[in-house]
Amino acid sequence: MVETLSKNPRVTGFATLHRSTIGRKMIMAVTGLIMLAFVVVHMVGNLKIFFGETEFNEYAAWLRTIGEPALHEAWYLWIQRAVLTVALVLHIWAAVTLSRHDVNARPVKYHAKRKGGYATSTMRWGGVTLLLFIIWHILDMTTGTVNPATSHEPYERITAGFDQWWNVAIYTLAMVALCLHIWHGLWSAANTLGWNRATTAGFRTFAVFVALVVGFGFLLVPYSVVFGLVD
Amino acid sequence: MKLKLKIWRQKNGADAGAMVDYDLDNVSPDMSFLEMLDTLNEKLILDGDDPVAFDHDCREGICGSCGVVINGEAHGPEQTTACQLHMRAFSDGEEIIIEPWRAAPFPVIKDLVVNRSAFDRIIGAGGYITAPTGSAPEGNSTRIPKPDADEAFANATCIGCGACVAACPNGSASLFVSAKVTHLNLLPQGQPERTTRVLDMVEQMDAEGFGGCTNTGMCTVSCPKEIPFVSIANLNKEYRRAVKSGRKA
Ligand code: HEM
Ligand code: SF4
Ligand code: FES
Repeated sequence: MVETLSKNPRVTGFATLHRSTIGRKMIMAVTGLIMLAFVVVHMVGNLKIFFGETEFNEYAAWLRTIGEPALHEAWYLWIQRAVLTVALVLHIWAAVTLSRHDVNARPVKYHAKRKGGYATSTMRWGGVTLLLFIIWHILDMTTGTVNPATSHEPYERITAGFDQWWNVAIYTLAMVALCLHIWHGLWSAANTLGWNRATTAGFRTFAVFVALVVGFGFLLVPYSVVFGLVD
Repeated sequence: MKLKLKIWRQKNGADAGAMVDYDLDNVSPDMSFLEMLDTLNEKLILDGDDPVAFDHDCREGICGSCGVVINGEAHGPEQTTACQLHMRAFSDGEEIIIEPWRAAPFPVIKDLVVNRSAFDRIIGAGGYITAPTGSAPEGNSTRIPKPDADEAFANATCIGCGACVAACPNGSASLFVSAKVTHLNLLPQGQPERTTRVLDMVEQMDAEGFGGCTNTGMCTVSCPKEIPFVSIANLNKEYRRAVKSGRKA
């Protein structure tokens, strides 16, 4: 399929935003921020592991009770999964179609390479890495398909999973990709949504801060298993 | 100075084109980059060869005609136009690679000359104001806050050279469009078209085939007029505002 933004009918409101490059970028920014909000809460929640097996498993069980008694057991979880899936699909759709449009705009490459401008390719390859990681992570921690743990207890899945050095390597690589994706993405989203002002330093610093906190925060867990702080 | 030049030669839009090597002697460090190319062309003409075609007009950094990619950088190693770049920015014996702007909406006409009519069509789509004809109005009758006047002026300095497109890894014209939109949308004279301007210019930009912005900032550092990067955030803000207004036309 050849993506031709050139032949799209015009944007006439938020419902038709997807027709322009800027509109698509705004969809990418908003869906990215939704996923980021989840990622931050998820990272903080994981730190409960440092309060021991019982508390951590209770926390995981509580997640299934959010919204009760208004909602039935685990309904909230499924609503969240639906929202995140829609966000992910829209985000990837925007990334793929815009990237294709961008590549078409530079059909002939320069002979002389210039330094800089790595953010765009890092976002593209980092995004693909994250997609593969999301699949792996669900098979590992949600369904347990690739996890060596014998029980369904989240605590055991974590300790058993990270007793395998190569799994720690996979998570490390993915968290580096996530850190870099947020590093550029959060600031980029602020620019795309028109939030940046005369000085762009504010959001840039904030994005780097969030990226580092998320990256290190997530990695604390596997490395605590590796170094025996959690077992 | 002695230079080893590698220059893109292409007879016309249909020709495949290729990089061609030239050795050039007796280059003065005080020459501008275009004077260096003039020197090469004099030699080529004397040798009976076809001179290298390149765009230029004012040669004082204000018209925006000149512009080639020098060693991978739009307008070369200094943040100015190619006509204002001097050979002292290079070292004796250096290899210099010279290429045209590369973007699908900027097809090569000949050698280093590209067709930038796409920019004219973007301006035609909304880069204007509605003004009464006749005698000039009293200058002070329309008051403009100083910060707005300053920001509008900074953006009005865009000379439409296209270096931002050439430097962007996506061939995006966002900096150019943002400079025009920021300039005109800030001023009272630009208010009647404030909404239609941004929608129409972005639509034209997309239709021409310019890429989207991925906020790399490569444009700003290549812009001879130092159009600030935050103008793109402002373009996006104006776009959001215009879309919200729900104009159907
Ligand atoms: C899973 C596959 C993913 C792919 C293929 C992908 C790809 C991309 C690409 C190509 C961009 C544009 C980058 C640029 O501006 O140059 C982007 C932006 C972004 N991504 Fe992702 N991404 C993915 C997952 C995620 C996840 C899990 C998050 C949540 C943390 C996320 C958050 C963001 C944000 C906030 C932006 C900024 C949007 C903007 O530039 O306005 N992405 N992504
Ligand atoms: S924004 Fe700068 S680089 Fe782009 S066309 Fe205007 S003057 Fe040239
Ligand atoms: S020739 Fe006019 S800006 Fe260079």
